[in-house]
Amino acid sequence: RDWRTGCFDEECFGVLKMFILVLGLLVGSLMPLGGAASSPDTGTGHGGSHGNKNPGNGTTYSKKPFPVLSFDYEHVRLPFEISLWVLLASLMKLGFHLIPRVSSIVPESCLLIVVGLLVGGLIKMVGEDPPVLESKIFFFYLLPPIILDAGYFMPIRQFTENLGTILMFAVVGTLWNSFFVGGLLYGVCQLEGHKLAYVDLLSCLLFGSIISAVDPVAVLAVFEEIHINELLHILVFGESLLNDAVTVVLYHLFEEYSSVGSITFMDVFLGIVCFLVVSLGGIVVGAIYGILAAFTSRFTSHTRVIEPLFVFVYSYMAYLSAEVFHLSGIMALIACGAVMRPYVEANISHKSHTTIKYFLKMWSSVSDTLIFIFLGVSTVAGPHQWNWTFVVATVIFCLVARVLGVVGLTFVINKFRIVKLTSKDQFIIAYGGLRGAIAFSLVYLLNPKHFPMRNMFLTAIITVIFFTVFVQGMTIRPLVDLLAVKKKQETKRSINEEIHTQFLDHLLTGIEDICGHYGHHHWKDKLNRFNKKYVKKCLIAGERSKEPQLIAFYHKMEMKQAIELVESGGGAKLPSALPSTVSMQNIQPKKPSQDRALPQLSKAREEEIRKILRTNLQRTRQRLRSYNRHTLIADPYEDGWNEMLLKRKKMKELEKKISQMNNYLTVPAPPPDSPTITRARLASDPQAWGLKSVTESIPTIKVDLASPQSPESVNVVDEFSKKGSQPKEEEGGLTMKVPSPAKQRKDKTPDEEPQQRLMRCLSDPGPAAEEEDEDEPFLP
Amino acid sequence: MGASQSGPVHMFQDLAHKTGFSTEQIKNLHNRFMYLTQDEDTLRREHLENISNLALNPIRRQIIEAFFDKRNMGEKERGCLQEIGFEEFVTVLSFFRPPKPRTADEMKNIKKEKLRFLFNMHDTDNDGIITLDEYRHVVEELLSSYETIGAETAKAISDAAMLEVASVTVGQMGPGEFYEGITFEQFMQILKDVEIETKMNIHFWNLDTRTMQCGK
Repeated sequence: RDWRTGCFDEECFGVLKMFILVLGLLVGSLMPLGGAASSPDTGTGHGGSHGNKNPGNGTTYSKKPFPVLSFDYEHVRLPFEISLWVLLASLMKLGFHLIPRVSSIVPESCLLIVVGLLVGGLIKMVGEDPPVLESKIFFFYLLPPIILDAGYFMPIRQFTENLGTILMFAVVGTLWNSFFVGGLLYGVCQLEGHKLAYVDLLSCLLFGSIISAVDPVAVLAVFEEIHINELLHILVFGESLLNDAVTVVLYHLFEEYSSVGSITFMDVFLGIVCFLVVSLGGIVVGAIYGILAAFTSRFTSHTRVIEPLFVFVYSYMAYLSAEVFHLSGIMALIACGAVMRPYVEANISHKSHTTIKYFLKMWSSVSDTLIFIFLGVSTVAGPHQWNWTFVVATVIFCLVARVLGVVGLTFVINKFRIVKLTSKDQFIIAYGGLRGAIAFSLVYLLNPKHFPMRNMFLTAIITVIFFTVFVQGMTIRPLVDLLAVKKKQETKRSINEEIHTQFLDHLLTGIEDICGHYGHHHWKDKLNRFNKKYVKKCLIAGERSKEPQLIAFYHKMEMKQAIELVESGGGAKLPSALPSTVSMQNIQPKKPSQDRALPQLSKAREEEIRKILRTNLQRTRQRLRSYNRHTLIADPYEDGWNEMLLKRKKMKELEKKISQMNNYLTVPAPPPDSPTITRARLASDPQAWGLKSVTESIPTIKVDLASPQSPESVNVVDEFSKKGSQPKEEEGGLTMKVPSPAKQRKDKTPDEEPQQRLMRCLSDPGPAAEEEDEDEPFLP
Repeated sequence: MGASQSGPVHMFQDLAHKTGFSTEQIKNLHNRFMYLTQDEDTLRREHLENISNLALNPIRRQIIEAFFDKRNMGEKERGCLQEIGFEEFVTVLSFFRPPKPRTADEMKNIKKEKLRFLFNMHDTDNDGIITLDEYRHVVEELLSSYETIGAETAKAISDAAMLEVASVTVGQMGPGEFYEGITFEQFMQILKDVEIETKMNIHFWNLDTRTMQCGK
């Protein structure tokens, strides 16, 4: 779409109008504050409690008419403003994506900073003080959601495979950057002369350490849009997360001692120890909370609704607890999210999983937007002190340090890596080292008394941030295309790849054992075995603790397909790009005993069955064909064939009935189901479902015929609710079990008819009653 | 400790040249070979089965068989050997050597070789295709460490996997046709995204492995 038509679209107009309104509200809301701020005491007592305060001398108080409508802004001021800002940020996000041309050239972060500048300028024009990005708000409210989102969805496999490289870049790279920039800046300051001479070495080093840290928020914001390949993404992103520990230690070290003026060897040594404590301590704190969260989620099967809350609260507590001891909060958050995820996901319901995902994405998105807008506003607001030499020198040194650092480190790292980093990779890593709001906040925290050059630092940092975000952020996308850097592959993980990935893992572990050295795979295997033997039993509820990864993957894949089918509107075809007519029939080896009338019979039968099921169970048709045709054909009992057809018919009738009943809030009784059905559930799942052990079920989608193989006589009402709940929850898929001995089923058939008829009486005799006749000719 | 030791350095250099390992690595592997065979000349299956760490591996049988499979020795023959010498040992291990950076064509060849090794591991009856039964066997082995999993589970997973292979590679099949099994070309096609050439590698350090605990 042409951007012009996009702009003149109604939506766009609507959003623009709303935006202007919100902006006006925002500016307007700040104005009365000017008056109110000067007299804060009267503000609280504004509500009209004067009269009550002095009962003694009420003579001076004259009666006013009862206030029908009053304006009292003060007592909602704070939440109102916060909401307005959030609303503004979200509207901006909406607006950007409605203007297609701009959003493909300029990354969102740039646009947001520009908006922030505009808003800040507006506020300043009105004459007020624009709000600045306070460090407390940033570190406690805006940063954690972004980091948690990153940590929870971190691809653990790639992360651990490249851990050495990431650590090298994070630790050694950041150290190199800090000292290089700090030292050179000190040199420049000394050379410059009178204006900058008061900047001492330690302050310069402090500045260097603050500015050299790659910022996760900025990296995420930019890299998410360019879809770069996973290796580079995890390298830069991992570096931005892990360098937090280094930054924290250096920051505190230099800040503590800059007032003293010198550093001894002892301090350096303590600094190294502190670094280990900060990083490992942060990870340990995070891991502890992660395990607690996993353990808690084991018991949430009866209260599914608050499951996401546990994830969020435990993670936030991990962050805050780490901050109490001045450990690295970011690493705590990452560790917490990464540790708890496999166990929590095995325990929680599908809906909770979706909730967690969307809440995290929503919060991190809003945070991200707010951070950039506030950066813009703070730029307008903050006290500035511009010094050409200092600022230009900073920018140049940062760039040079980054490039040199990356090139040098890669040279060393490539000796130990199997997959070497090419120069294209190195360029992207160097170019992707963006600075962001964390650096800004850290400088903002500096005490002006100890650091008289704080304003200059602030200006320089803002310049560097603007440079990296605007120049590097905008140009990285065309550069990626120009250099033909490998992009992320959007292919779905297939079952074959999963099988072979696992096979490879075991194979490589075996080869390592034969060769006799304890390598990467050996330890990974040991960890997995430990996990399987002890940890999973503690932290995962029920049968799933014993589930192998392959089966879990298989279930997940099936569920995804089921959801896709449903979401595609129950269309006839699978939305995926597999327009093949291959089915199970083609794969099963022909058995000579089958060369009877059965194959011809089956084809016709299949058509009829499919026709029946099509009317009600459209979505599963494809899946039936793909997975289960072999159970239709390979029926070893020829007479059992008719039974099966009867069953299908009944099941279809039942399904219709249930779909009528869906209007009522039935609370399904909890029958024990196979794990597949339990997990393929897409309807609400309010209760705990006992899980049958996996051996009794085939993990394919099954058509669970009306009554499972329990020969006990069952109360009709229970029978109904049991039948009712089963197909109802199988909205996602029908499953077909391998037919149990036909004898048992033959016994059942006559029993079910009366029960069904009884059910019809009990249930609401809706229009479904008539439709059953349509399949009469089907019966032989 | 006899005839095979004559001109060991020469032999090592030949092997290094043939397989691509460095001489240091060949020497270390030779030490390891001697350790495994308890100083005999040839390696038998029992020697490998004695490695305690390997006993915990679910696919140990296939791994051990791979060492005695003639197809992996670079010959055109098929069948199994009963015992192998050091040269065969190193030949098999060379499949896991990390490739030095080469041209794209050479990398493709290396990938093909590694995939061929994997294919041979699955194709136990040497007929050039992986049938449904063989694939099922693979999945069963992978799941064998979990006692609660029944045979039907493995069957269903392998069925689904086979179906996927057929769908992707062959595409259109009539209802009467029968899909024999996975050929090598189809195998390559299925796994082209897995990046075998970078994943199927282990580090062969230039250290003396004798000094490390070998888990015997």
